[in-house]
Amino acid sequence: MNSKPILVVDDLYKQFPVNRTLVDRLKGKPTQVVHALDGVSFEVEPSEILALVGESGSGKTTVGMNLLGLQVPTRGRVLFDGRDVAAWSLGKLSRTDRAADDLSQLSRRKQILALRRRAQMIFQDPYESLNPRQTIYQIVVEPLEIHNLGLNAAEKEQRVRAALEDCGLAPAEHFWDRYPDGLSGGQRQRVVVAGALVLEPDLLIADEPVSMLDVSIRAEILTLLQSLRKTRDITIIYTTHDLATAGYFTDRMAVMYLGRVVEIGPTVEVLKNPRHPYTQALVSVAPVPNPRKRRKRMILQGEVPNPIDLPSGCRFHPRCPVAVEACKQIDPPYININAAHKAACLLLENVDES
Amino acid sequence: MISLEVKNLSVQYITDAGVALQAVEGLSFSLEQGRSLGLVGESGCGKTTVMLSLMRILPEAGRIVEGQMLFDGRDLLQISESDIQAVRWKDIAMVFQGAMNALNPVRTVESQIVEALQLHKIVNSTKDARKRAGELLELVGISASRGKQYPHQFSGGMRQRAVIAMALACNPRILIADEPTTALDVMIQAQIIELLEKLQRDLNLSLVIVTHDLGVVAEMCDDVLVMYGGTVAEHADSDTIFNDPQHPYTQRLLKAFPDIAEPGSELASIAGNPPRLDDLPPGCRFEPRCHLSGSNSLCKSEHPPLIEIAPGHLVACHLVKGA
Repeated sequence: MNSKPILVVDDLYKQFPVNRTLVDRLKGKPTQVVHALDGVSFEVEPSEILALVGESGSGKTTVGMNLLGLQVPTRGRVLFDGRDVAAWSLGKLSRTDRAADDLSQLSRRKQILALRRRAQMIFQDPYESLNPRQTIYQIVVEPLEIHNLGLNAAEKEQRVRAALEDCGLAPAEHFWDRYPDGLSGGQRQRVVVAGALVLEPDLLIADEPVSMLDVSIRAEILTLLQSLRKTRDITIIYTTHDLATAGYFTDRMAVMYLGRVVEIGPTVEVLKNPRHPYTQALVSVAPVPNPRKRRKRMILQGEVPNPIDLPSGCRFHPRCPVAVEACKQIDPPYININAAHKAACLLLENVDES
Repeated sequence: MISLEVKNLSVQYITDAGVALQAVEGLSFSLEQGRSLGLVGESGCGKTTVMLSLMRILPEAGRIVEGQMLFDGRDLLQISESDIQAVRWKDIAMVFQGAMNALNPVRTVESQIVEALQLHKIVNSTKDARKRAGELLELVGISASRGKQYPHQFSGGMRQRAVIAMALACNPRILIADEPTTALDVMIQAQIIELLEKLQRDLNLSLVIVTHDLGVVAEMCDDVLVMYGGTVAEHADSDTIFNDPQHPYTQRLLKAFPDIAEPGSELASIAGNPPRLDDLPPGCRFEPRCHLSGSNSLCKSEHPPLIEIAPGHLVACHLVKGA
């Protein structure tokens, strides 16, 4: 982990105002705010695979949106290869690079496209994210047309072929004249991945890419994502609520709770030796496919609290099984467990090293 | 004590063109009172069809062409529609997949449970029905006072609990749950698993859990029935299925499922796709994807029978020793 990070997320906040009803306005109630992200920081190394895990409402999807410049953060920055994504996608490129930046001369649309070429997203549902009236070739070539890279027909075909074949749809000619309904679920998701790869991005954000798929197809797609690092040297952020799939192929894992990363570290270490009580609970309830390995479940009562009124002190204290009085007052800082593994919990120093 | 015994069940769907598609073929299993059975398999393996057959609520195009379903000394496939109505919900109840999203949004949760109670004439008065609805909610871990609320005031986990409460309205002996934890967050999933385990224990319920999630099955099922292409591939207790699987399909399915207890271990997908109902292989249904069949001609030509290779361990494979 000595190389320069490709992605720096620096104290990111994202708030969404809640619409007031007429009655609320007449009563003079203040506008409420949903704290979707509340101080998220992490870095990603080039060609690393990072898992972003958490329950619904933890903010993992909002992080993805902000990484791609699809939303503008309320506070904080996302630096992609040294450049501020929000400013980039809004057409005011900040010069964090010392080198002269020709991108700042481009129009806003061109800047956004320049960002998109380098950072792509894979969506959840392969059945709904493909146009049923386009052939596979039309679907995969479309990003090249939009970005107007000045490629001739043969070059485009070459790019589409490489993307499809890297995604296991080989030979490409076999597939590209077909329509999505002629493909199986796993093949469709491969087409979705190929569409993201055709621009040869450096960063891929995969938002629950396998949650809709059957067990054996799921293994197929996860293995594909893992292989992309070798074939394309790509950085992947894998968002999921499923710890087991994340455990299979990611290098590091960031666990989110109520808009903040509560624990981050090497995946195997986080799963085998979770230190934050929330991570411990999540790991304990993840189903293990072997009755001999059943563990004592540490079930948290209730659900993730409403992100409009964040709890005082540690945001996890109302559900935490080991919380003490101080947890209600103090927002815990990160404690380094080792150079690569840290967690935000006041009790961490007292936890037995086992 | 055996609660329900299914023998040689075959179900077909008749297409608009009049073609019969074999969705389930020669399926047999028995369900013990107070035990839980996991019905697992990929999409299209026939697990939902089996479950709908148990309740005799197959869609219009579905036909049960053969078999017996013995319950309380009667064959549920032979009795009249009015007789089956006395069994449906009262003895065998079901929680449908996604039922939590099918609650009526403009009626309170309590009134929806009361309706079920009155429909089945479980109670004499509306007052009794309300009282019973409150008890049912408490049984699934929801405070009775919240029955006055509407479904949108319930979280996802609570709606799933409410739907389970409704299925328990008539004190059934068998509860069938179709993907009861799919689409729920991992913590809520654990809460629902815990609830179903408690109900099984406290009410001596027989549970049938239909799912593709092997983790959920390993967590909560006593026995497992692995289905492939409308037939039983393997049937045994959970420990045997997960630690000593004999059918090549079961073995491959387990290798394709990530194990959180072994992070970083290899995953192997199963090449190919499950067979289409209009194009079933002539021999073993799994033969085209099987890594063991090789040039074995028997696998290609003949459907393997389900053989008991050890007490309680049934496998349908030509290549398994003892079969």
